[in-house]
Amino acid sequence: MQKYIGTPTSRIDGRAKVTGEAKYAAEFNAPGLVHGSVVTSSIAKGRIVRIDASDALRVAGVIDVLSHENRLPMASTDSAYKDETAPKGSPFRPLYEDRIMFSGQPIALVVAEEPEIARFAASLVRVEYDEEAHVTDVFRRRDEAVSLEPSTKPPESIFGPPKPRGSAEKAFASAEVRHAGEYYVPIEHHNPMELYASTVVWEGDGKLTIYDKTQGVQNVQRYVCGVFDMKPDDVRVMSAYMGGGFGSGLRPQYEVVLAVLAAQALERSVRVVLTRQQMYVLGYRPAMIQRIELGARPGGTLEAITHEAITVTSQYEDFYRQESGWSGLLYTCANAKYVHKLVRLDLPTSCDMRCPSAATGVYALECAMDELAVALKLDPLELRLRCYSDRDQNTNRPYSSKSLRACYHQGAEAFGWDKRSPEPRSMRDGNELVGWGMATGIWEALQVPIAVRIVLSANGHAEVSCATSDIGTGTYTIMAQVAADMLGLPMENITIKLGDSTLPQSPVEGGSWIAASVSNGIATTADAIRGELLRLAKQMPNSPLADAGPDEVALADGKLVSTPDASRAVSIVDAMRHGAVDRIEQEKSTTFADDGSKGHNTHSAVFTEVKVDEQLGVIRVTRVVNAVAAGRILNIKTARSQIMGSVVWGIGMALHEETLLDHTFGRVMNANIAEYQVPVNADVHDIKVIFVDEPDATINRLGIKGLGEIGIVGVAAAVANAIYHATGKRVRDLPITLDKLQR
Amino acid sequence: MARARTVARPTIPAPEKTSIVLVVNGAERPLKVAPWTTLLDALRDYLDLTGTKKGCDHGQCGACTVLVDGRRINSCLTLAVTKDGAHVTTIEGLAKDGTLHPLQQAFIDHDAFQCGYCTPGQICSAVGLIAEGKAKTVDEIRELMSGNICRCGAYPNIVAAIEQAMGQS
Amino acid sequence: MINFEYARASDVADAVRQIAGDPGAKFIAGGTNLIDLMKEDVERPSRLIDISRLPLNKVEETADGGVRIGALVPNSDLAYHPLIEQRYPMLGSAILAGASQQLRNMASTGGNLLQRTRCYYFYDTATPCNKREPGSGCSAINGLNRMHAILGTSEACIATHPSDMCVALAALDAKVQVIGPAGERTISFADFHRLPWDTPQRDTNLEPNELITAVELPAQGFRTNYTYLKIRDRLSYAFALVSVAAALELEGARIKEARVALGGVAHKPWRDALAEGALRGQEANPANFRRAAHMLLRDAKGFAHNTFKIDLARRAIVRALTQAARGTPQSQSNKKIR
Repeated sequence: MQKYIGTPTSRIDGRAKVTGEAKYAAEFNAPGLVHGSVVTSSIAKGRIVRIDASDALRVAGVIDVLSHENRLPMASTDSAYKDETAPKGSPFRPLYEDRIMFSGQPIALVVAEEPEIARFAASLVRVEYDEEAHVTDVFRRRDEAVSLEPSTKPPESIFGPPKPRGSAEKAFASAEVRHAGEYYVPIEHHNPMELYASTVVWEGDGKLTIYDKTQGVQNVQRYVCGVFDMKPDDVRVMSAYMGGGFGSGLRPQYEVVLAVLAAQALERSVRVVLTRQQMYVLGYRPAMIQRIELGARPGGTLEAITHEAITVTSQYEDFYRQESGWSGLLYTCANAKYVHKLVRLDLPTSCDMRCPSAATGVYALECAMDELAVALKLDPLELRLRCYSDRDQNTNRPYSSKSLRACYHQGAEAFGWDKRSPEPRSMRDGNELVGWGMATGIWEALQVPIAVRIVLSANGHAEVSCATSDIGTGTYTIMAQVAADMLGLPMENITIKLGDSTLPQSPVEGGSWIAASVSNGIATTADAIRGELLRLAKQMPNSPLADAGPDEVALADGKLVSTPDASRAVSIVDAMRHGAVDRIEQEKSTTFADDGSKGHNTHSAVFTEVKVDEQLGVIRVTRVVNAVAAGRILNIKTARSQIMGSVVWGIGMALHEETLLDHTFGRVMNANIAEYQVPVNADVHDIKVIFVDEPDATINRLGIKGLGEIGIVGVAAAVANAIYHATGKRVRDLPITLDKLQR
Repeated sequence: MARARTVARPTIPAPEKTSIVLVVNGAERPLKVAPWTTLLDALRDYLDLTGTKKGCDHGQCGACTVLVDGRRINSCLTLAVTKDGAHVTTIEGLAKDGTLHPLQQAFIDHDAFQCGYCTPGQICSAVGLIAEGKAKTVDEIRELMSGNICRCGAYPNIVAAIEQAMGQS
Repeated sequence: MINFEYARASDVADAVRQIAGDPGAKFIAGGTNLIDLMKEDVERPSRLIDISRLPLNKVEETADGGVRIGALVPNSDLAYHPLIEQRYPMLGSAILAGASQQLRNMASTGGNLLQRTRCYYFYDTATPCNKREPGSGCSAINGLNRMHAILGTSEACIATHPSDMCVALAALDAKVQVIGPAGERTISFADFHRLPWDTPQRDTNLEPNELITAVELPAQGFRTNYTYLKIRDRLSYAFALVSVAAALELEGARIKEARVALGGVAHKPWRDALAEGALRGQEANPANFRRAAHMLLRDAKGFAHNTFKIDLARRAIVRALTQAARGTPQSQSNKKIR
């Protein structure tokens, strides 16, 4: 019955992407389209005294210069600006007022007939500021950090630190073997390849069609309606393709506000494309100072875990995730304590970036575990196995499935871990020191309410639609695979529609929750289609399915088939023809009942090999094996790519990525992708992805967990641990650049 | 509610446009451009060939890679006016009569992309790479494809796709 | 980008004539650096004079056994040119260590010499920078300076010259041929780029109204014992933290001639006659290489974030000289350092 689910399948949007036909937000056109160029603040804090646009307005082809001084009315309450992923606080309002809260803040939009004219004129806008002292350095403010307390109320209950258990201080103090260390992860930026852009098409009569770069079209639609007091029917947001998001497109970004402001002011269609530099204020992975204390018995039993985290946010919103909580969840340990503090800086609000909290929190934990293994004179993998837990240690409940042990074994075997010589600096290849490191990964298997519509035509074709996005994750393809199997149709008969706010409800695409949610959504809606087909089939004269109950039929090979007796079947085409219907349409919402009795997580074991030039410190990551347990894999081909891409992210996090702030100016100085370095092709060598078999009968009917985040978790730690093994040098602040090996 | 500020007659003129001809994917495309229009913007904004992508606009990512007179270049750092008369090949010009170029097919076969935004640049760059004939080993492919950043991290699949296409050419 | 005029030069004389007529004008060839800087509003030329079609694109042998490289020869063509591959492989290797193949396909030989620094502050018009705006101050000296110079710095500027090709050209004792209103002249490579002193706005000794027409290489190409070793934060498509062009002429185990040029450490490719002189006549061995490295770095001075470059440069020099002596030059595609 399931011909497509689980099989390696090429992307159905592949042809559009390799031919250039796939259109992204800045690539839609409209009659009379005009172009906006953004002017940004050069100071980090203060007030705008004056915006002098007179020169800009004198340029032929310039239509207007919009700022807080002359904009149309916008909502004046915080709630209007709160999108479905907004943290606590008072969201940033673009062009709202004279207050400057971060360097690079948008303060004006120059609109012109041609993009080059807009950009030129933007350079002529002069701004006078009343500047105030700013602080952008987390280390300068760490002593003033604000503590987050464990809570039962959201969002603190979800994102604040978990409750402690036992007495970690006492257990640590009396532990025979101890390790304590401080780890640092700098601010990182998503840097998706596509520039943020919004093309707002003025449809007349006040209606707008907005092509926006976003991970959530309905989130943007609601936001625009709130900010501009518009009716939902008047705002349609589209994002059929997105050139990478990685979390940066979860919240509506300012380009859409500016483009709508201009479209309404001018009653014309407007396109606003940000520059790469301007994208560095759209949110970032918060810098994070972490202190971890681990106490153990000589045999490798963990006695105490304390994880203290300090993360960065803006002055106006408190963004945080449960950065410290992973430490006590993962391994068996009776005593655990968490501290999470926030440092508020004169920066934009931090935000979700690929695997928020775990990418950073587990990095620190897994480096600390490696250091503990050294102190215990235990193989790092052996230590993990000795601390293995079959229960979520924070909530003390079993998992719906957890195949981490198999990840360890299969990953180690594929890597050849048993040939590792334990001593640092003991393996070498000519001028290079060779190091092998490993780490564990963990992420949540989340599910969200979602709605799916299926329209089945009498010719045996089906259109499946949902307002979710495909940000490169392969959503189009897995939706088609699941729909084809659930409807018993060939995959080429399935058309997928997504990325349109008029389609059935979907939350933002993030947190690795869409694959599981939308797949089960399709299954639920397909049930309704099947029920309707059965109703029609029963009405046929001498129907072979006359007595079949709704659960006794399945759709396969274009037919409704009795499951107890496969010889009894009615073709979809016949059933619909007899019923005189040319289409069956069903839309169903799917929710995921969870009694909270089980933990739902994905896991991984990452093994890396690095080679470090002994004299020069040049580091190469020559091999990575990532063994992943993430429930049922819908499409081995695209799933492997997702994990591989995450590993590349992990390599970047370990070796390259760092947003450099000049604290004198409070300004990002490497706001480009030459100096903010991400891995290039030459940095990436052999990456092997293993999917460990992990049946999960209870998480959802298809046993799906999701893969967008898990692949990055543990990679930076495994690289850092391998570098230690190669060189004997423990670098505890990322990225590990060669100069840090000299210190 | 529409309004535009009343502006005295513009006193800073926009640059004068000159007529050029680009031979894009084999077809002559006459065009009036100002000196400041890059080849990338000319393709995307004036010729509606949006397959060529803008990822950084500063020669740092390779998304804008096209072939000019058979050589791969960054169209974002090229002024259109300097290429008057040149032959430009973009991603839209690679498939012939509905049949994908071997590299396009290989990119699909090897899942050498995710979001797809760097993909046209990767493929045009790979066309140039194969034409140059300097990459014989995997290391050489990696090095000579390092001017095309893929944030989704599809590099191993990109290399595999190029190896497949090289085997066919 | 500001509004500018565009004109194509019909021949070399026309190019020189045109630039003399407009002090705000600049030549454009490949445009890889100039257009980038114009988009940042760092370069604001009133007019661009397009020289890309001038007949300065030949690589040819000269009467004295050297090679003359036309100023418009693209970097990639130069790197793969048979005369360069066979006789000056260090130059080819250095070119291939820089930028990307797309950029090398665009960038010209002359333009490569005129690349401007990658200093963050030079690029960001919201911050002071003496190079961009003389007298405004140097933000890097007390700011982010991990990529910055350790040799030949001044109180006005600690920027580095970013080219790889120029490091090899410096080691090869190339000469730069230029033409201006007063006629032609030849500038030795050592005199072409300047140290910052109190005029960091001037990168080179080329006059604003002069055009580079060619780069000339002397006969000695060090085809056997050479290397170009580049150390950077990622393995490709990144500017150098430190790079070394090293070339030796050996007589048995003895060094007859030695050239060492450093990139990523100064406002120009850095050479040191004393250090090279100290290698001449000596045995090619690690002790002598280390001695030369120490001499080269004797005046090095680090800033808050870049003192590591001093030791890194020393080690890189020793390794590069070792590679050169062994005749095992660094591959630019296999990233294992030999």
